[in-house]
Amino acid sequence: MIKAILIFNNHGKPRLIRFYQYFAEDMQQQIIRETFHLVSKRDDNVCNFLEGGSLIGGSDYKLIYRHYATLYFVFCVDSSESELGILDLIQVFVETLDKCFENVCELDLIFHMDKVHYILQEVVMGGMVLETNMNEIVAQVELQTRMEKSEGGLSAAPARAVSAVKNMNLPEIPRNINIGDINIKVPNLSPF
Amino acid sequence: MALKIVKGSIDRMFDKNLQDLVRGIRNHKEDEAKYISTCIDEIKQELKQDNIAVKANAVCKLTYLQMLGYDVSWAAFNIVEVMSSSKFTYKRIGYLAASQCFHEGTDVIMLTTNQIRKDLSSPNQYDTGVALTGLSCFVTADLARDLANDIMTLMSHTKPYIRKKAVLIMYKVFLKYPESLRPAFPRLKEKLEDPDPGVQSAAVNVICELARRNPKNYLSLAPLFFKLMTSSTNNWVLIKIIKLFGALTPLEPRLGKKLIEPLTNLIHSTSAMSLLYECVNTVIAVLISLSSGMPNHSASIQLCVQKLRILIEDSDQNLKYLGLLAMSKILKTHPKSVQSHKDLILQCLDDKDESIRLRALDLLYGMVSKKNLMEIVKKLMLHVDKAEGTTYRDELLTKIIDICSQSNYQYITNFEWYISILVELTRLEGTRHGHLIASQMLDVSIRVKAIRGFAVAQMATLLDNAHLLTGNTQRNGICEVLYAAAWICGEFSEHLDDPMQTLEAMLRPKVATLPGHIQAVYVQNAAKLFATVLHGQEGTAQETSQLLIDRLPLFVQSANLEVQERASCILQLVKYVQKLQQKEVEVGEEVTALFAGELNPVAPKAQKKVPIPEGLDLDAWINEPSSESESEDEKPRAVFTEEEPRHSRARHTEVDEKELARRREVRKQEQANNPFYIKASPSSQKVYQEAPGVEHIPVVQIDLSVPLKVPGMPMSDQYLKLEEERRQKDRADKRKKKEKRKKRDKRGRGGRRADSGPESEEDITPAHMVDIVTEEMPENALPSDDDDKDPNDPHKALDIDLDKPLADSEKLPVRTHRPPDVLKSPGEEVEVAPPDPKKKSKKEKEKKKDKERKKSKDEKKKKKHRHEREEEPGDALPEEAVQLAESNEVVAPPATTPAEASDLDFWLSSAPVPSNAQEAPKAEPAAIPEPTRSPAPDASPEAPASEPEDPKETETKSSKHKKKKQKKEKEKKEKEEKKKKKHHHHHHQRDGGGDESVQNGTVEEEEEEEPLPPMSNYCLLAENSYVKMMMEDADEVCDIQGNLQDGSQVVVSVIFENKSDSFLKSMEFNVLDSLNSKLQRPEGAGPHDGLPVPFQLPPGVSNEARFVFSVQSIVMPQKLKGTLTFIVKSEDSSTHEKLDFKLHFTCSSYLITTPCYSDAYAKLLESGDLKGSSVRLEGISMPFHHLLARICFHHHFSVVERIDSCASMYSRSIQGHHVCLLIKTADQTVSIDAKCDEPSLLGNVLDEIKQTFSQC
Repeated sequence: MIKAILIFNNHGKPRLIRFYQYFAEDMQQQIIRETFHLVSKRDDNVCNFLEGGSLIGGSDYKLIYRHYATLYFVFCVDSSESELGILDLIQVFVETLDKCFENVCELDLIFHMDKVHYILQEVVMGGMVLETNMNEIVAQVELQTRMEKSEGGLSAAPARAVSAVKNMNLPEIPRNINIGDINIKVPNLSPF
Repeated sequence: MALKIVKGSIDRMFDKNLQDLVRGIRNHKEDEAKYISTCIDEIKQELKQDNIAVKANAVCKLTYLQMLGYDVSWAAFNIVEVMSSSKFTYKRIGYLAASQCFHEGTDVIMLTTNQIRKDLSSPNQYDTGVALTGLSCFVTADLARDLANDIMTLMSHTKPYIRKKAVLIMYKVFLKYPESLRPAFPRLKEKLEDPDPGVQSAAVNVICELARRNPKNYLSLAPLFFKLMTSSTNNWVLIKIIKLFGALTPLEPRLGKKLIEPLTNLIHSTSAMSLLYECVNTVIAVLISLSSGMPNHSASIQLCVQKLRILIEDSDQNLKYLGLLAMSKILKTHPKSVQSHKDLILQCLDDKDESIRLRALDLLYGMVSKKNLMEIVKKLMLHVDKAEGTTYRDELLTKIIDICSQSNYQYITNFEWYISILVELTRLEGTRHGHLIASQMLDVSIRVKAIRGFAVAQMATLLDNAHLLTGNTQRNGICEVLYAAAWICGEFSEHLDDPMQTLEAMLRPKVATLPGHIQAVYVQNAAKLFATVLHGQEGTAQETSQLLIDRLPLFVQSANLEVQERASCILQLVKYVQKLQQKEVEVGEEVTALFAGELNPVAPKAQKKVPIPEGLDLDAWINEPSSESESEDEKPRAVFTEEEPRHSRARHTEVDEKELARRREVRKQEQANNPFYIKASPSSQKVYQEAPGVEHIPVVQIDLSVPLKVPGMPMSDQYLKLEEERRQKDRADKRKKKEKRKKRDKRGRGGRRADSGPESEEDITPAHMVDIVTEEMPENALPSDDDDKDPNDPHKALDIDLDKPLADSEKLPVRTHRPPDVLKSPGEEVEVAPPDPKKKSKKEKEKKKDKERKKSKDEKKKKKHRHEREEEPGDALPEEAVQLAESNEVVAPPATTPAEASDLDFWLSSAPVPSNAQEAPKAEPAAIPEPTRSPAPDASPEAPASEPEDPKETETKSSKHKKKKQKKEKEKKEKEEKKKKKHHHHHHQRDGGGDESVQNGTVEEEEEEEPLPPMSNYCLLAENSYVKMMMEDADEVCDIQGNLQDGSQVVVSVIFENKSDSFLKSMEFNVLDSLNSKLQRPEGAGPHDGLPVPFQLPPGVSNEARFVFSVQSIVMPQKLKGTLTFIVKSEDSSTHEKLDFKLHFTCSSYLITTPCYSDAYAKLLESGDLKGSSVRLEGISMPFHHLLARICFHHHFSVVERIDSCASMYSRSIQGHHVCLLIKTADQTVSIDAKCDEPSLLGNVLDEIKQTFSQC
């Protein structure tokens, strides 16, 4: 079983966290910090396995990680997983990200955390490996993306235009025009 | 409305989306927290809007903030709202957020059951997929129970995408709801052979995960997995299976034998390192389980070790690490094969990678021998000095101690050396393991009597230099050592050369800065030293008393109670002694007597192992408990732990002095005769006295040629050299002897003895005649090593026998409405959270079942034994063996359990049990391709064995077929029963244990007298001397969906029971249709034709049939006349008979239990569309919840909310009328206010409710 999947950058900033066992938020942050501490001080030419930290797992758990450019991908797994298998899985996951984002970089993960989650959901489910075939994963992710597009997506046209406007960094103008204050009385219709 | 939407989307234009949020956070690096808090305020505003897109956007942002460590549980309800959006885009966002922040304690989870169920059955596979993924993260026991059946259905979904997800999630369901394992397992097993590789892999995954925790229950799957292993090409699946076999082999050595060859082949053939590694691992597991009885497995071991060496030598650090890891497993059983690679492992100790060094350390543990212990430890000590970072150093420290103390100090030949090592370790800065060193010191000096003199001298030095250990407050971990030092000096003070000096050291003011428990030991042992001084040196006695009287008051003031108490006690004692001394009374003897007696080490588990005397019941009350409050302040105290020798000691003051003296004498002699015993000479002590205040360790450079006078901190290295010399001397002596012998031999028998080459283990003689005292155990202690299992392990509940056929009571709860007591508004649920009586009774039942299971297991075992016995003689004559096994197979008893067991047995036993033949004809029918089979080179026992293969195979096949058929039939039956259950699920919900069968006709009359359960909707329809008809009063179609589409169907279930001694057949069921209600007949049938009942009834049997009626108007109750015609067939004649009956459709029967949440309920009432009516019931004496349960049960309502003696209930008719009830009760009077959009329906329902309660 995989207990947790953490992605953070070289400074320990989390980019994606996925716990398959419940931890409260502050504990999660503590785990990230501890894991970062353990992982970051290791050279790149040492082995990718670490006996788990004190916070997560215990003697049965291992941290298996890979370091790509600015990002660490850390999987916390128990002894039922094959160490080398998980390393392969991380590779599969990263390659999938690469395919889905086209030359993935840290910024993609920063701005599209939700997407990364959706991709991960096709790889690992509830702590168990769901699919290892990259083509299958990519196909499923794309089908879902297409479906989202057909629904108009979350960031549908108007919002996208607006966010372009916002990017121009106009000093807070939209904030002041609070259309919400113009009180339009809408009769409270009963659903029955 | 339209305006509102417009407004929403205009608002939206200026909402931040996730990207904006991220960008904003990045632009506000300085005041991130502040920025985020304003963002959260915005999000809160967004969540208040009605536009689901806005909400989804907000939830999406919250998910991001959750990652940054913000608690977003306050938005749980909004997340649920987004989850229930009909758009996939939003739904996915909702489920993602839920999977990130929902957990067992999230109360809104209970609101999601129906939503998730809906999503699971959605026609869009991605809706289903998203729901499954989300559910896998936050499934709770309740969700698991309610949804188990839905998920199980999905396991046979047409889309492999859904199948694999459904299969995987079953594991989570099993964990939360163990009862589902047995019913779901057959289907899970089917999925092992699913055509889709992804589904197959998922099934393997789940079963491996299950089997890892409770391997014995999955042994019967071994043949199937074996087949998969030899046929699959998916490395993921192979790895999982091979890992699983690793867990199974310890339970069944025969399996291991079967595995060795295919695994070896894989090792040779695979190019994937991961697979190679797992194969090696499993081969090791097999070899461990075989450990004896297979002469040619040394080849396999060699193969493994050789492959591992390649891994370790690889430049890839990962492979190196894993190689070492696997090597340590071999080490346990085959240390010799590993020891030859010592060079490699010591090399790894120098690796730059800490993980690798740690693994190498583990290996060293098993590689030490008497010969190389000192050398290895020396190397480790070097590493200790070099090590950076306390964790690794601490690890080294514990490893050194582990290595030395393993198997009762087996490898230590020189304990002086060991004590020196321990003392050297105390110099480690900042270690956490002071207590470990201390306990070793205590253990060694207590149990190795010969070492006490030396140990005491060392400890005295430690005490003298205590400031070095305590100087830095940061290093307080190590001051635990002083605890041991003080105790040893006190307890064995007779070995001290200058007790006076040690006493002085123990009473220095600085001691007061030590932790309390150490001070306490100091004070106590100061008293012991005092006694020794009094006894030995009467001259200084007066000074000593004065010293104590001067110094002890410091401790009397201590804040620590223990210290204070001991100090004041001893102070008074000393004062008294001083008085006596002034009177010149001899007190030495008496004071010594206070501390006389030997101390025996007691095993840590000794107390636990004391057997309970017969007739003593520890659970029985001695006195009945008077009140509840008492038990609270009793806390279990760990009394007899390993610390025991420190605190409590049995003093035998009666031990007679002579005996003591004798012992002392013997010891002295022992020491005197020991050339290596270091006698602390007065001169070395003087070195200290001359420089008492020196802050640095007085490491005196001494000439190594006079090592007997090592003062102060010992240098363990010297022992190494000494040891070398000693051994050399020994060897030289031996050689001399040998040469002599040789000469003699030569002279005598002509040199038959050759030189035995390098010295062997046995040649090393210990430096001391060490008497390692074994720890004491109570008499007739129980030899159990059970006590390490964690009782809280969730997997314990999954320890379920899967081979047993399913019992009726085990079926999964089928889709149904929630039982009314669950359906309360969430807020209330949190407050009340009553213990679910259903659960309880289930648990109890489970217990009973466990017992039964055990029994059946025992039986199985017996059977197994029998099989084995039968097969054993056959081993000599393989042909017979096969036949015997065959007959076993064919005659296999009809019950499935033993049959399956013997199946496995057969599969396994076909591998010839004795030794070298590795391959055998497979019992597994056909299918297994056998690329692995090697023609046996030694044809002797093999040849005949393979010949009769063909006939046998066919035979087994046929028997298999038979079984399969049986199985199928069984399954069919189960399915039928399940269907029925589906139908009658209400009953099961209400009648607690569910052990009362539904068909059981006996309930019919007395049911109403019972206070609550069991209740039944079945009522007597008609009866004559032949047949009894029971009808469930027009229950609705179970499938709600079907119902909504076609809101005019009512299903009537009728139980037919044959009461006569004759056979009933050709039953026809006919009803005279009314304008309003019609019996649905198959197409082509006339309006007056009867419906044939689809079964016949043998005597005494009952069965159930269902008939569908279409109803036009449901506002009125209806009565229909009907007839049943049938043929009674007795032995000699057959007659036509008929039975008339009346079907009564009540209005309640048109209602469907539908859950409703309080907010929706409130809206419904506010809407004003409903018309009211009310009724009063007098003289109702039943408890309120019984009343509610009755209404829920008989009239198909569900409780929306309940507050004290007031409850609101809801139901819906099959045609969509809402019916709301408000029930209040006071003093046997129940008033029901009801609202419904159809007044006549309401009136009739209320009448029926009245009727129900007037009957009781």
